[in-house]
Amino acid sequence: MQSNATLEYDYSIVKLYMWTAVIFGIVGMTIGVLIASQLAFPSLNYLLGEYGTFSRLRPLHTNVVIYGFTVSGIFATFYYVGQRVLKVSLAESKFLQALTKLQFGLYLIAATGLVISLGMGITASKEYAQMEWPLDALIVVIWVIWGIVMFGLIGLRREKTLYISMWYYIATFLGVAMLYLFNNAEVPTIFFSGGLGAWYHSVSMYAGTNDALVQWWWGHNAVAFVFTVPIIAMIYYYLPKESGQAVYSYKLSLLSFWGLMFIYLWAGSHHLLWSTVPDWMQTMGSVFSVVLILPSWGSAINMLLTMKGEWNQLTENPLIKFMVLASTFYMLSTLEGPIQAVKSVNAIAHFTDWIPGHVHDGVLGWVAFMIMSGIMHMSPRVFKREIYSKSLLESQFWIQTIGVVLYFTSMWIAGITQGMMWRAVDEYGNLVYSFIDTVSVLHPYYTIRAVGGLLYLTGVFMFAFNVFKTATAGRRLEQEPRYRSPMA
Amino acid sequence: MFHWLEKNPFFFAVGVFVVIAYAGVIEILPNFAEKARPVKGLKPYTVLQLAGKEVYKKDNCIACHSQLIRPFKSETDRYGHYSLSGEYAYDRPFLWGSKRTGPDLHRVGNYRTPDWHANHMWNPKSVVPDSIMPAYKHQFTNVADLETAYAEAVTVKKVFGTPYGPDIAPGKAAYEKELKTKILPEALKIAKRMKRDDLVKMVEAGKVPEVVALVAYLEKLK
Ligand code: HEM
Ligand code: HEM
Repeated sequence: MQSNATLEYDYSIVKLYMWTAVIFGIVGMTIGVLIASQLAFPSLNYLLGEYGTFSRLRPLHTNVVIYGFTVSGIFATFYYVGQRVLKVSLAESKFLQALTKLQFGLYLIAATGLVISLGMGITASKEYAQMEWPLDALIVVIWVIWGIVMFGLIGLRREKTLYISMWYYIATFLGVAMLYLFNNAEVPTIFFSGGLGAWYHSVSMYAGTNDALVQWWWGHNAVAFVFTVPIIAMIYYYLPKESGQAVYSYKLSLLSFWGLMFIYLWAGSHHLLWSTVPDWMQTMGSVFSVVLILPSWGSAINMLLTMKGEWNQLTENPLIKFMVLASTFYMLSTLEGPIQAVKSVNAIAHFTDWIPGHVHDGVLGWVAFMIMSGIMHMSPRVFKREIYSKSLLESQFWIQTIGVVLYFTSMWIAGITQGMMWRAVDEYGNLVYSFIDTVSVLHPYYTIRAVGGLLYLTGVFMFAFNVFKTATAGRRLEQEPRYRSPMA
Repeated sequence: MFHWLEKNPFFFAVGVFVVIAYAGVIEILPNFAEKARPVKGLKPYTVLQLAGKEVYKKDNCIACHSQLIRPFKSETDRYGHYSLSGEYAYDRPFLWGSKRTGPDLHRVGNYRTPDWHANHMWNPKSVVPDSIMPAYKHQFTNVADLETAYAEAVTVKKVFGTPYGPDIAPGKAAYEKELKTKILPEALKIAKRMKRDDLVKMVEAGKVPEVVALVAYLEKLK
């Protein structure tokens, strides 16, 4: 990574997506704290009438944090990292530049449509694919535009070898495209019924068990290509950049990349263990899930070893703290996931709170930490100002870390407690607990989770304030910082 | 090793695509060759039940309830026979869920009654004092979208060959006829079993409350 002093990069689109990431982060996680509190204190279900129940808000939470916060983060970092590692500025092609603006406009429309339709209860009801067909079509257009810009930039590039991050962005583009098209295949009812009923309504192309298979082939790989692959793209750029260290091993990067690509897609059926899906597929899902530890830890260890000999930076630079902890949380959730994918463990874990526990040590500790550190690293460079407050960043780190730990430890205990109670039998083989017993027992854990979530959300507000102040009131920088981000 | 690939984005992308598509070809496609076969005697959902399924989707019961009984004694003791693939043959989309904040519902029609549901949807704590489920009072006044449910029945019949009779046909006239002869009478029966006069009155006036459709759907889950 040489200095980029000669080229003037165009960051206008980067800034737009940075702001949407911040805003959707706040909205999505505020809803997260609300639904977490509703499980502990059900009377909170009635704040917004029909629109405020846990069940209506839950998909709003998942969709806003995934398609709002995370996808904004992916686009923001791609437009920044892409220009820099390919050594080409968006300003060099008016066409590509215009496309990015068009994409942003469509993205805002899709996001608004998503929030309104889910709020009204218009949903295809498949997890992480709730949008009805008109929005699905819009998403396809947005994605295609992204592909054109990505390969357009690649076509214009000055640096011939694609940097590691680019591999992962290309894979994100292709993986989501393929899976999204298959999973959202649906038949709009208005065209076949002689114009009856709601125009946006559709039925799935697949039925029952087949539908489940396609859905979790997608669902699992939404995790792969939204929560993992592009996030690895980020850490491969920002950690070496921020620390001034070269990536530890290029060979290990190659091995983990191709390993991850090959193995990930097989593992989807671990969401359907003990279901009516054919047994051999379930076993394949289990086995490949366990093998998945190798490429996952490969990337994570590669990142940690990148810090070799420079561990003192961990105490000096809060951004390094965020990123090192992120790769550690990545290791945690990619160890936990395969454990849950073992059939005998899944028999207890599935359907319980251990699953949201697993989800959130990944998304809070890994995904959101990386997106926030990426944005923080970019801020001084795109706004040409010093980061507003180092101590704020430092406190954010500790508050959020405590938040994540409270979240996943309470859910581990809750999940395993519940899983064991569901199956507990007395000496004659009769069930010991009625279902409601297994709900009441969770109250303390739900409360702890809500507190953890609130701490994390507090950190998000501190982060948003810090970015905002950096953009408007940070000390101006003469020169672009080379490695470590300057902070006051 | 692969240094050539990293300089040739086109072949790189093709390589990635092949590697990720491979698993789908081997693992997912074979099951599609074998079309979902209904278990013997399985009837497609009536239009009223389809409308109820839409309410189930709209208020997103799937956030907390599964419809998949796994083959363990602890589950079959609690919920009934374990689920069979053929029972889902008409489920588009499938509604298995991934989280049991509340109990499984795949056979709830076996052990709850319409009037129990009426009390429960109005105020869960009245029948299960410790329940953390929200009350869904708006379902008692919102009117179910029967026309869209009918459109769905027509679509699955035409596109996927779901075995509905000749009465399920495109167009407004066919819908109006079905509404009068089948849907409303079926709804009235359910409403009466729910033992609430306001619901019966609404159905008699030709408007089916969401909760009546929902209960028709829950009754079908056996
Ligand atoms: C303040 C932070 C957050 C809180 C308090 C929170 C809370 C929650 C709660 C209460 C649920 C429902 C769990 C259940 O049904 O039992 C949930 C689900 C979920 N959340 Fe969050 N969340 C937060 C942040 C995030 C972030 C940042 C992401 C992703 C980037 C995320 C992704 C998800 C996903 C994917 C699910 C569905 C999990 C599943 O189906 O098992 N959450 N969250
Ligand atoms: C080696 C890597 C991983 C494996 C093998 C794995 C495995 C699993 C398993 C077995 C489940 C539970 C399925 C169930 O019983 O319902 C699950 C759920 C989930 N995991 Fe992972 N996991 C891995 C990494 C991750 C990471 C890094 C993230 C996010 C950052 C993540 C996000 C999720 C989500 C969102 C779900 C919930 C799906 C739902 O029910 O809605 N996983 N994973």
